Amino acid sequence: MADVTLTVDGKKITAPAGTLLIDACRKAGIEIPAFCYYPGLSLQAACRMCVVRIEKIPKLQTACTTPVAEGMIVATDTDEIKQSRKAMLQLVLANHPLDCPVCDAGGECELQDMTFKYGAADSNFVDVKNHREEQQWSPVVYFDRPRCILCYRCVRVCGEGMDVWALGVQNRGVSSVIAPNGGDHLDCEECGMCIDICPVGALTSGTYRYKTRPWEMTHVGTICTHCGDGCKTTLGMRSSGDGMEIIRGDNRDKSGINGDFLCVKGRYAFDFANHKDRLTQPLLRNAEGKLTPTSWEDALAFAAQRLRKIRDTRGGEQIGIIGSNRTTNEESYLLQKFARSVLGTNNIDHHRTADYVSFAKALAGQEQRAASLRETETAPAILLIGNDPTEQHPMLAWNLRANVRHNRARIYIVNHQEIKLRRQATSFLKISADTYSTCTRFLAGEENSAFGAEATALREALSKEPNLLIVFGAELHGSAIESLVRYGLSLPDTKFACLGDYVNSRGAADMGMYPDMLPGYVPVQQPGAFATEYGERFPAAPGLDLPSMLDAAARGNLAALYVVGSNPVHRYGVAAASLKNTFLIVQDMFLTETALLADVVLPIANLYEKAGTVTNTYGDLQFVKKAADRSGVRTDLELIVRLADKMGADVHSLVPFGQGTRADMGQSRGAQSGEADRHAVWLAAQNLEPKLSPFDPSALLDEIQRLVPGYHFSRLELFSGNDQHVQATAHNTGLVQIVNPAERRDGVLPSEDTLFTSGTLGHYSGKLTEIHDSRNKEILVAAD
Amino acid sequence: MPTLVSHPEEVKIVSSRFGKGATDIERYLELDGYQAARTAVEKGADWIITEMKASGLRGRGGAGFPTGMKWSFVPKQSEKPKYVLVNGDESEPGTCKDHLIFLHDPHTVIEGTIIAGLAIGAKMGFIYLRGEYRYLLTIMEKAIADAYAKGFLGKGIFGSQVNFDIVSHTGAGAYEVGEESALMESLEGKRGIPRIKPPFPAVVGLYGGPTVINNAETIATVPHVLRMGGEAYAKIGSERNGGTRLFCLSGHIERPGVYELPMGYNLKKMIYEIGGGIRGGRQLKAVVPGGSSTPVLLPNEIDIGMDFDQVGKAGSMLGSGGVVVLDETVCMVEFALRTIKFYQHESCGWCIPCREGTDWLKKTLTRFHAGAGVAKDIDNIRYLAENMLGRTFCPLGDAAAMPTIAFVKKFRQEFEDHLNGKPCAYAKQTIQEPVLV
Amino acid sequence: MTTEAPMEAQTIFSPELAARFDKLVTLYPVRRSALIPMLLYAQDEQGYVTDAAIREIAQRIGITPLDVRNVLSYYSLLRTKPVGKYHVQVCTNISCMLRGGQKLFEHCKQRLGVGHKETTPDGIFSLEEVECIGACSWAPAVQVNYDFHDNLTADAMDAVLDQYRKQAEK
Ligand SMILES: Cc1cc2nc3c(=O)[nH]c(=O)nc-3n(C[C@H](O)[C@H](O)[C@H](O)COP(=O)(O)O)c2cc1C
Ligand code: SF4
Ligand code: SF4
Ligand code: SF4
Ligand code: FES
Ligand code: FES
Repeated sequence: MADVTLTVDGKKITAPAGTLLIDACRKAGIEIPAFCYYPGLSLQAACRMCVVRIEKIPKLQTACTTPVAEGMIVATDTDEIKQSRKAMLQLVLANHPLDCPVCDAGGECELQDMTFKYGAADSNFVDVKNHREEQQWSPVVYFDRPRCILCYRCVRVCGEGMDVWALGVQNRGVSSVIAPNGGDHLDCEECGMCIDICPVGALTSGTYRYKTRPWEMTHVGTICTHCGDGCKTTLGMRSSGDGMEIIRGDNRDKSGINGDFLCVKGRYAFDFANHKDRLTQPLLRNAEGKLTPTSWEDALAFAAQRLRKIRDTRGGEQIGIIGSNRTTNEESYLLQKFARSVLGTNNIDHHRTADYVSFAKALAGQEQRAASLRETETAPAILLIGNDPTEQHPMLAWNLRANVRHNRARIYIVNHQEIKLRRQATSFLKISADTYSTCTRFLAGEENSAFGAEATALREALSKEPNLLIVFGAELHGSAIESLVRYGLSLPDTKFACLGDYVNSRGAADMGMYPDMLPGYVPVQQPGAFATEYGERFPAAPGLDLPSMLDAAARGNLAALYVVGSNPVHRYGVAAASLKNTFLIVQDMFLTETALLADVVLPIANLYEKAGTVTNTYGDLQFVKKAADRSGVRTDLELIVRLADKMGADVHSLVPFGQGTRADMGQSRGAQSGEADRHAVWLAAQNLEPKLSPFDPSALLDEIQRLVPGYHFSRLELFSGNDQHVQATAHNTGLVQIVNPAERRDGVLPSEDTLFTSGTLGHYSGKLTEIHDSRNKEILVAAD
Repeated sequence: MPTLVSHPEEVKIVSSRFGKGATDIERYLELDGYQAARTAVEKGADWIITEMKASGLRGRGGAGFPTGMKWSFVPKQSEKPKYVLVNGDESEPGTCKDHLIFLHDPHTVIEGTIIAGLAIGAKMGFIYLRGEYRYLLTIMEKAIADAYAKGFLGKGIFGSQVNFDIVSHTGAGAYEVGEESALMESLEGKRGIPRIKPPFPAVVGLYGGPTVINNAETIATVPHVLRMGGEAYAKIGSERNGGTRLFCLSGHIERPGVYELPMGYNLKKMIYEIGGGIRGGRQLKAVVPGGSSTPVLLPNEIDIGMDFDQVGKAGSMLGSGGVVVLDETVCMVEFALRTIKFYQHESCGWCIPCREGTDWLKKTLTRFHAGAGVAKDIDNIRYLAENMLGRTFCPLGDAAAMPTIAFVKKFRQEFEDHLNGKPCAYAKQTIQEPVLV
Repeated sequence: MTTEAPMEAQTIFSPELAARFDKLVTLYPVRRSALIPMLLYAQDEQGYVTDAAIREIAQRIGITPLDVRNVLSYYSLLRTKPVGKYHVQVCTNISCMLRGGQKLFEHCKQRLGVGHKETTPDGIFSLEEVECIGACSWAPAVQVNYDFHDNLTADAMDAVLDQYRKQAEK
């Protein structure tokens, strides 16, 4: 839109026509106070804080509802305006309890800040304030009516933003009150957006309320450990008896890929770290067959000695490795490198939640075709095949809704279920669960039989969409992905996104956690540079995939299995007996079904307790900062390195650390656990990377950047906390011939998590479980 | 049944059929009913708007906006359907004129609505009655059904090609819903929260379509204007204030009632001649000239013509035509309290200054009137009102602030007296704290 | 609407009212416009707006019960608790106040033995102090249910109440 020029407080400013005066002023550095205005949500004009004087208009005007106009002359700071704002604050404070000393919001309350700035310290009101009792609306949402200033942000964010519409306004006048949809409780997605957006302490969080004062926390911006969207989250940390404890998660500063959005898991499901069953000591199976606590030294030495013996006597192919969807890229990379270069096996895999391999193959040779999560908020048209983003990719769902609201984006949905996003969709095509690939082929024009009039209409509509963004779930795999991508590439400027389930599912895939794929989807048979990098133990033939390893173990054909941050016994329904002849090492936070069967259990730190990088399912690479701390646990990275060291491997060639400088492995021992990491965080924050320690993830990041095709990014941006879009796909496709593609099994097993589950980890989040159970109870009650 | 009054000075136009059985459609036809609509169908929109502009008719809902001009703002072409919305929410204390129109002459409202529809090119009209007027809704519903039966509504009205439908609608108790944008919200089945303006209803109104909203009396006047001719109608009133209006005399007056008088009629005369003077021969203390939201006038301020401009010049407003007369026995503090209690009860609660301001005014005045006032209260009351004025989301805040400021300004001594323990002149009745809903 | 047939089968309203509702929602460009009249008519039939009525009306219109409650709680004539068979609403606003409305309200309190928004033990009367009911020139005015009574004195009020009591006892 054309720009208009206006004068504000004597200063000439320009802004695109249609811009709201409040935005234009703020952009020009002129502060306009506001309670009810919130960018991205509908306009209210209710708080009257943003009043300004516009020449030729008799009354003060609200800057939040007035679009800029050419030649407009505006005053924002006259005595009249100051008085008006002051009076508004006096009025809103008149009925406000002023219980700031105990209020959760105290110290980060917009009402406090405004009162301080716009001055309403004096009050002439002597009458009693209206009072109502605080109410608990859900396990995580509490409401304190007297503190509410009725800005209606919560109502809007829940309705417009979340499309949940669980909050309303009831009564009128001074009795007006925010009310939950269940009468006295909430029946909602429990995202906590309402709490977060509340400018005062009226809506408070069940996990945080009365726990601390904001200034007693330190804040660390890192990445949520749950779904594949990888939201940035700012964790509020407080020191506790045995480390640093997370007491709050939000993203109020709107930094990062998700703005201020977090879903229920991002906001509340960090408490697994404090679960009473958390392991803080290594365990060894003793002579009686019982797991008993032992020292790190003994546990690692024992595990290393057994692994080394098996490798040296029975060969690397007798060892299997199962990696994680939630470890950092550096750890995933290291784990597969350890497998290939130290253990000498390609038997490495992970719980695959999406067919990234087929996706990478289909996109081989294409540049700029994989969409960032950010583009889901701006793309003019989106085709969503499969998946239920509201449940499985809440941030994606948020973006799609915002895109429809702000840009009238067209969303075309193909699904076998009536997913909630259909409410925003331009068209919704319901198919049966087993026809995804037929449907895809039909859209691609590769299927001759008819697929119904609706599908034809959809194909027609899509053919008219330039800049289509195709987002697909795990319902599509193998050749279906290939035909979908072929189809997309036949349309102009199409981009793609493949949806996988966990925070670093994509990273695990990109880092080569496959028996047949090296980092960057480089086939094992054509390893290129990796052949020399990974040394002489690197086997030439592909290894066993996860189900095959389990089968081999059951047949007594797998001597050792090293499981890192994964629970295959539960996930794949493995019978306990089938692992009895396999030496099992498990790294986990808890005694999971898998850990229970282990010979050695090594307690680990979770994603909030370490540094590194993760790649979300769209290929957005983000920096993970160490936030929490727990004594008695180690990062996976450290454990892999120490295991390698104890096996006699050359740690320097495994981790290119401390080049030229002195390294001190002792830094991360004992009570100083995590010291190296914390040091790394500090260094990273200063954009310095001396890589002094073999446990320093940035040393591995160097290698990833050097060897993984497509991992091009700016370290400065990354360490500043900005997401960097990468596309790990082999570019030298001409050379790459994947052997017998039809025979390769994609082995995708969607986790089918909902908003309120998160794999094994979810079971250990007390809050998530409580929310989950409270909802089930309600459903039972409702069914009566 | 409300008593009908009469006075020789009256010029009965809108009230000409009152008490004549015009609720019956046959009787209405005998009394020249539906003639104007018939002519309007023939002559078309431009003619209607020209006549309306010539008539100088200004909206009877309170703001006095020229009706012909309002109609001419509606865009000729519109993608969305256009609507006529008749405001019969009549809730301004002191006002009961629309009550009589619906009771005695429902067909004029229908006829006026049809004409407004023809003028702007609407195919549908709504007549919104406040919820308390249930018995009037029944009358209205029957009148509409009768008009349909006669072919005056529905497809091809009066044998023309024009279609027009009317739906009567009930509110459920809310003064704020009388504000035009809140009225539309209410008719759309929502809370009565006003809309952000612009856009104005003439451009984006009901269901997003261009909409003309007029007070019931305004609409009821329209057929008469067309029958008499705009200019003839204009001549009856004063300058820029065409015609007559219904004045609701109430309070301490000898002959309260609803009288139809030419615009610009002298207020003093209205009280003393038409209304028969102050009840019991007592002294006049004050007059609220146009419903409770208009600033009070002192006895020496009432020698003015009752039209929008002259009352405005006197520092008040003609408002909704509710003339409330107060005699010397009234305690102005109590009167101020009762006035503010109403606005506190009726504030929609959307914006801070109105929601909180009316509540604190009420709290302060309640305590003050009960004898527990402190010195700074008086200034604080005025401070509150002045800081609401012009800053609220809709004019309800002004409606609460304006009279309050006038009470404190014009009767400050009485407020001071309360502080000094002087007994309340009026028989003291403590207004009970209304229970919050 | 295809939903109408099953709706009738399980409606909580009288057949007449259900039929009226079926029609009402079709009169307007959007169904929701019928909400406020429906709530009022439901209340007329059932004495107050019950939870069941909220649920059925929400369903008939296609909105959530929360939406219905948001709207319902805004309007002062709508209530979610029962009142007396005859709901006596005394206006004490300015015009009535000047003509003894406040005294009339006090009188009703004494006479009925109940206060603002209270119901007599026999459930015949309930009392409410209300804002202007549009009968100012005939003040003081009272509405009993939807019936207007104006130019009242204490005695006239008693006569009105007696009449209703008689009606109730019939
Ligand atoms: C708080 C408030 C209440 C109002 N109540 C009414 C009302 O009950 N009846 C009415 O006709 N106009 C009322 N109005 C005025 C309307 O907003 C609108 O101006 C009027 O209906 C337009 O009709 P007119 O031009 O014929 O006067 C009210 C305005 C405000 C601000
Ligand atoms: S909401 Fe803000 S002003 Fe209110 S009590 Fe809490 S901190 Fe204080
Ligand atoms: S927690 Fe989320 S879904 Fe629930 S009420 Fe708040 S914003 Fe709405
Ligand atoms: S609860 Fe908070 S966000 Fe919601 S209206 Fe009140 S102050 Fe605003
Ligand atoms: S920010 Fe403009 S009125 Fe609230
Ligand atoms: S003031 Fe009582 S009816 Fe108007």
